[in-house]
This record gives sequence, C-alpha cells and structure tokens, in this order.
Amino acid sequence: MDTVIHTTKLTKRFGSFIAANEITFDVYRGEIFGFLGANGAGKTTAMRMLCGLSKPSSGTAAIAGFDIYKQTEEIKKNIGYMSQKFSLYEDLTVLENIRFFGGIYGLSDKQLKEKSEQLIATLGMKNETKKMVGALPLGWKQKLSFSVAILHEPKIVFLDEPTGGVDPVTRRQFWDLIYEAADNGITVFVTTHYMDEAEYCNRISMMVDGEIKALNTPAKLKQQYSATSMDEVFYELARGAKRSE
Amino acid sequence: MRTLKFLLQKEFKQIFRNKSLLPLLFVVPIMQLLILPLAADYEVKNINITIVDHDHSSYSHKLISKITASGYFKLENYVTAFNEAFDDIEKDRSDLILEIPQGFERNLIREDASARQTDGQQLYIAINAINGVKANLGGTYLNRILADYNADVRMEWMQMPKFNRFPTIGIASSSWFNPTMNYRFYMVPGILALLVTMIGAYMCALNIVKEKEVGTIEQINVTPIKKYQFILGKLIPFWIIGIVVFSMGLFGIGWLVYGIVPLGNLFLLYAYLAVYLIAVLGLGLLISTYAETQQQAMSIAFFFMMVFILMSGLFTPIDSMPKWAYVMTQFSPITYFIEVMRMIVLKGSGFADIKIHFLIMIGFAAILNGWAIYNYKKTS
Repeated sequence: MDTVIHTTKLTKRFGSFIAANEITFDVYRGEIFGFLGANGAGKTTAMRMLCGLSKPSSGTAAIAGFDIYKQTEEIKKNIGYMSQKFSLYEDLTVLENIRFFGGIYGLSDKQLKEKSEQLIATLGMKNETKKMVGALPLGWKQKLSFSVAILHEPKIVFLDEPTGGVDPVTRRQFWDLIYEAADNGITVFVTTHYMDEAEYCNRISMMVDGEIKALNTPAKLKQQYSATSMDEVFYELARGAKRSE
Repeated sequence: MRTLKFLLQKEFKQIFRNKSLLPLLFVVPIMQLLILPLAADYEVKNINITIVDHDHSSYSHKLISKITASGYFKLENYVTAFNEAFDDIEKDRSDLILEIPQGFERNLIREDASARQTDGQQLYIAINAINGVKANLGGTYLNRILADYNADVRMEWMQMPKFNRFPTIGIASSSWFNPTMNYRFYMVPGILALLVTMIGAYMCALNIVKEKEVGTIEQINVTPIKKYQFILGKLIPFWIIGIVVFSMGLFGIGWLVYGIVPLGNLFLLYAYLAVYLIAVLGLGLLISTYAETQQQAMSIAFFFMMVFILMSGLFTPIDSMPKWAYVMTQFSPITYFIEVMRMIVLKGSGFADIKIHFLIMIGFAAILNGWAIYNYKKTS
C-alpha cells in the first residue's frame, strides 16, 4: 500500500507544554483515517502541523511524499483542509467561493466550469448558486466547504471536526461525500467526537495527553479492549487522561 | 498572475458588497471635505466685545464704529461702568472689554502739544483668556485698530507741513501663493491628504484582520498562495480606491466647490500619491500583522492616526513647535504629503523642489512594507 502520511516522533511544544508528544504513524492511500481524542488531547495541533500551518518542534514527517519542513508549498498543493471554524467567504456567493478556491489552486477556466457544475449538481444546490454563503444553513455550508476542499483533487484531505453541530441526516449525507472522495482515491484524515462516525473509519488512532495510545481498525480496537462499542473503547482510553480543557 | 487575478476579483467583490464600509470609503470623505475646511479656520471672527465708555464723545463714538466696522468684532454690550462690563466676561458673554476713559476727546484735541505728550491717552483692554486663541487674536486685532485710529487722529490734527511729521514705517504685505489668504486653500489639500491616509491605513488593516478573526486566513494559508500574492491582493484594491477617493476630493470638491486649481504638474502629484499610498498601506499591513482582532487593529491605528494628525502640521504650524516635537513630525509620513500637496497644488512646485520628499517617502514605503512582510507569517 502507498503511504501518504508518514510521521516519526513528531512533537510540538508551546513553552514547557507538550501539545503533541512524539507521535508516529502511517496513513495509506484511499484510507479514511479517524483521529480521535478528548478535547485538548492535541488533535488539532497535530493536524495543523501536518497541513503546514504550524512548524513542528522536532521529529519528521512526509505528507504525500514531501518533507514537512522544507517542502511546505509542495504539500499545500496536494492537500485540502477544512477547519473547525467555517472558512468559506460568507460575503461571496456559492459559485464565487467555488471559483475563487478552484482558481487559486490553479484550475483552468474550463475545469472550473465543469467542476463547479458537477459539484453543484452533487450537492443539489442549483437554486442556491447565487446566494451568499452566509445565508445557507450550517449543514449545507459544511457540505459545500468539504466539496470545495477537495475541488482540486488533493491526495489528502484534512477534516477538523467537520460535522460539529450538524443534524444526523446531514451528517449521514456528509459521510456519503467522504466515502465518495475516498473511492476516488483521496485519503481522508478526519477528527471527530462522534463515536458512530468513528465506526465509519477504516482505521482509528486515539490520542490521549498528546500521545497516540491506540491505533487500529474499529473492530480490532473493540476486540482489544473487549468492548461492544467504540464509545466504551473511548472511555477506557480517555479515562486515564490527565489534562482536559 | 492568475492567482492574483482571483484574489483581486474576490477582494473587490467583498469591498463593494460591504454595506457599512462603502459609505465610509466614498461618502464620508466627501462630507468631511465639505465641512471641515469651512469649520477649521484660523481666522477668528465674531469676537464679542463690551465697551465701557466713560466719555460719550464724538471721538469715542468714532472709535467704536471703527471697531465694529472692522468685521471682527461684535458689540455685545455698551455700558458706562467697568463692573457691568466685567459681569459680561464672567458670564462668558464677552471676550474683550475696552474701557474708554473720561476726557478722552478733550485730551485728544487739546492743542497743547506738551500736555499731550505727558499724559497720552490710556485705553484699557481686558481679555477673557478662557479661549486663548480667540482672546489673543482679538487683543491683537483691537490693538491694530487702535493704532490705526491713532494715526487717523494724528493726520487730522497735524496737518501743518512745517511741523515735521513723525517718521513712520509703513508695512505693505502681500500673501504669495494664496493671495486672498483664504484658509480653505490651505486646509483643503491638507485634509485631503489626511483622508487618503485614513482610508489606506485603517481599511487595509481592518480588512486583513477581519480574515484573521473570521478564520478564512487559515484556509488561505493552507493553499499554495504565496505570501507576496496575498499581500498584493490586499494592497492593490486599497491603492486603487485611495487614488479614486483622492481624485474625487481634488477635482470634485477642491476644484468644483472650492475653486482650487492645482498649479503644479498633476502627473507629479499622482506619482507622489502613488508612493505615499504604498507607504500608508504598508503601515496598515504592519498593524494587521500585530493585531488579532479588528478591535485591536482599530485601537492601534487610532493611536498612530492621532499622533500623525496632530503632528502633521495641518492644524498647528510645524515651524513653531519646540525642537523635539519638530523632530517627531519628521517621522510622520503625513507631514511630507501635506507639505507636498501644498507645494504642488498651491505653489506649483516641480520635481526638483520635492526630490527629498520623494526619497523620504520611498524610504517610508520600503521600511513599513519590508517590516510588515517580514512579520507576516503563513505558519505559526
């Protein structure tokens, strides 16, 4: 299997506080990789390092084959990112947002036209293309945000709690989009607090106090901790956590 | 280039959709240019004067009508006792008291020259110094009117040519570059310079910090957009808007409303404006790299603006500042632009005259932008 993310002892310190401590893992191509952990466990910090938004204090990592220290600009061409905060432009219309983000990733006018038509059809937003994004309901915003993040067909897409505050039906639809992306060969790296969502992932890592405490498929993890659901696995692991928000 | 095109498209769309920003950019400067120059006037008129006339003679009346006819004074009260007049000052109705002593006329026309020399006429002026500027200028005006009156009286009474007239030095002054001493000519270019500065620094800083606040800057930071592309994408729109607003002010208001026709080379003026805007936008950019929220950006920008405006020489002449303050004014970019505006617009100065100003402004632009770019990070 192709390795698209490879980290070795990746560490981030803020003063004396170690947000991420020597995390080492691999993520393979086309995989849906769940990145779990309690609030303050260091998920977002780790993810920001992988996206090139934050410089690691030590350790090494390669994203899509590019070095995390020296080739951040190359990395950025090959990843998509959807942050916790909604980050499309609320004062631009749906179509304008798609065109803008597609444009800065270097899509040609022809590609832009095709892609945006296709995207709007998939999301069923034909009547909303001229609406300001700020006026859309949250669920739609999130789906749009995800679709825009993978518009340039990145190798990996990073999703930071993409379904926070979204209703169950929309969440379900959102995961359909994720599966579709994974089928197209896009590796999905996702953090979440919903344990049912964790079950949808191919493999899961559990972060506790800045360290990766467990990493396996959901089925194996349940077996390992003799639990019936991911909920129990989570409790089992997170119980030992010393820090919380 | 293509990336920049998309960035600029986005920026202009957002600016023109922002319903609270748009009037701030285009309507407010026009309003200010219409109102401020009329209000910010160094000339003092409507000085209220109370006159205590103990003499009630034709000469004292002549003097009073000379004062009121000058256009600067308004006769607030005409009383016969100083106490009554002082009451006016206490109640802030009057700025000045002029007391004309008893026997004013009699003493003036007495032909005995020796007597005139020994006890010359004493007029008493009392000034209400609460409003320092008004009182001081009022006192000065009044002194000049009295001196004038004095001369009139002398001419009238010393006509005989065999008496040598007192040699006098007459002063004939003419105001160059602003022949009618119209303060609007002086204020409009200055205020215009100020407005362009506000737009540049404020708007640019707020715009970038807003992206930080909303979180969209993070999305931008994970894209392959280069630092210089993002910065250019932010600077160019406000650079263009700055030039448009300046042109509206210069031609729309300065020319049409106030009749100020720029004497110097317009190309030179715009060249200077172009460099100046880059410097000011650099300041805005620099502020945005330090501020995390729009509120912080506002506060920092406000601080710099206050200092720059008060030290720019717009309201207070730089030449009369103490040495240390003078040195400080040299660190405010507005100072140079106001000077250049006045030089080119009112005086018609050419490139040779403002060469130093050009160099200094290029220095400002380089330092401010360099610092800002150095400080702007895509990673943390």
